[in-house]
Amino acid sequence: MLKLPVYLDNNATTPCDPRVVEVMVPYFTENFGNAASRNHPFGWAAEEAVDYAREQVAKLIGADPKEIIFTSGATEGDNLAIKGVFEMYATKGNHIITATTEHKAVLDTCKHIEKLGGEVTYLQVKRDGLVDLAELEAAIRPTTILISIMYGNNEIGVLQPVREISAIAKRHGVLFFTDGVQAVGKVPVDVMKDGIDLMAFTAHKMYGPKGVGALYVRRKNPRVKVTAQMDGGGHERGMRSGTLNVPAIVGFGKAAELARLEMEQDTKRLSGLRDKLESELLKLEEAYVNGNREHRLPHVTNISFKHVEGEGLLMGFNKNIALSSGSACTSASLEPSYVLKALGLGDDLAHSSLRFGLGRFTTEDQIDYTIEQVSKTVLKLREMSPLWEMYKEGIDLNSIEWAAH
Amino acid sequence: MAYSDKVIDHYQNPKNVGTLDKASKSVGTGLVGAPECGDVMRLQIEVDDETGVIRDAKFKTFGCGSAIASSSLATEWLKGKTVDQALSIDNMAIVEELNLPPVKIHCSVLAEDAIKAAINDYRVKNGLEQLKFEESIVH
Repeated sequence: MLKLPVYLDNNATTPCDPRVVEVMVPYFTENFGNAASRNHPFGWAAEEAVDYAREQVAKLIGADPKEIIFTSGATEGDNLAIKGVFEMYATKGNHIITATTEHKAVLDTCKHIEKLGGEVTYLQVKRDGLVDLAELEAAIRPTTILISIMYGNNEIGVLQPVREISAIAKRHGVLFFTDGVQAVGKVPVDVMKDGIDLMAFTAHKMYGPKGVGALYVRRKNPRVKVTAQMDGGGHERGMRSGTLNVPAIVGFGKAAELARLEMEQDTKRLSGLRDKLESELLKLEEAYVNGNREHRLPHVTNISFKHVEGEGLLMGFNKNIALSSGSACTSASLEPSYVLKALGLGDDLAHSSLRFGLGRFTTEDQIDYTIEQVSKTVLKLREMSPLWEMYKEGIDLNSIEWAAH
Repeated sequence: MAYSDKVIDHYQNPKNVGTLDKASKSVGTGLVGAPECGDVMRLQIEVDDETGVIRDAKFKTFGCGSAIASSSLATEWLKGKTVDQALSIDNMAIVEELNLPPVKIHCSVLAEDAIKAAINDYRVKNGLEQLKFEESIVH
């Protein structure tokens, strides 16, 4: 039976898997101890649970448990990695390379670094959303200390050539950090094979709880250190003080384990549903997929429906289908998605985009329903769109002098 | 952000969607907004040459639900008014009627601009001078 509303915003957050919640519960009540309490059984039980979760999380990404620093989430991980490296390696240099399509947690942290006297290169991406490797290499200077390029993009789902990037970084003796939020738990991420020095990720994008994440910090070849951004009791090998959020960490561990064990079947099922959704919606005239379709997360597609505005489109079905649009008609700036604009899309196409993020609990009948609802609304709004009418009459919309308002 | 019931109603059952013959002397067409800004409105009026009464009004809008509702409401209000009366339609009246939140006020401004543009187009076609309006809110 069709279950409404349909949730297709899994890049924003995912529901907790019931199996995750189940293992968390005792750590709120019976096993409530502080993992740093070394002198009694309550502390021991908490510490043991954290150690186990650390192993589960490490195993998902092919890391050693000692290389996992628990954080409050990926925003903190991004901050800790970039600011921490900038401080720790200040004697080596002050230059960081990143890309314009990164998450705000990376871009805004880089802006902060610039205010502190650091230098940042923001690479443009190619039309398909991928970083140009030659440009990346050319941007490296003697003072470059860090390359920060995300693993998978949150809006369009493209996967960056991480192995090639890390090889370039290694060749020049530069550290490589990646924001792995969207990719970890969805595609095989292996810090050894991928040559990652630091990586931020979070539980709530992989069916774990909100408010917990991890920063992977490499311990060997090279041994990487970051300066703590939060001072206190010296938890997490001195890199992140603060009492550990034990129930959430336990849930994170379970979520990581489930992601590892079920990744193959989830990927197969979700990419099948995604492809069905995509191919059906592309039957509409003037519909385009944004970003590289080959190097992409299995559960995401971002589609522009020309001459229809995204928010208006959402309104046709957002009581029953939860989606995101690249249009930002609600924001004061009225600026559409900076990621889509970075691909070279005109503002009009960026305003016309929808992001579909499928998840573990998405069903086929929900996808069928979504295809029907979205198609119907696109057709209805096109009947109402002056741009569609002009397009149909063969008028070049670029030839019109729009009264910018 | 939740939409008001009136916005939802206009969105689901828009009034007066369509196209009038823009070559006709009794039709005035206003096209405002820009695709880059995420909203474009085309509003048309058909005026009875003898009485100066707006016989018909049609719109097509590319934009969010509030933009569609604002233009739908504007066409409803225009019908039966004289051109002079139509000039007094104020964007804030649209805001009040549709309960638009502050971030959507620009939708009502656009509708007011579209009305004025349509009236001016009609005036020019009929040998009258264009009316000058104060600059509307720019965003």
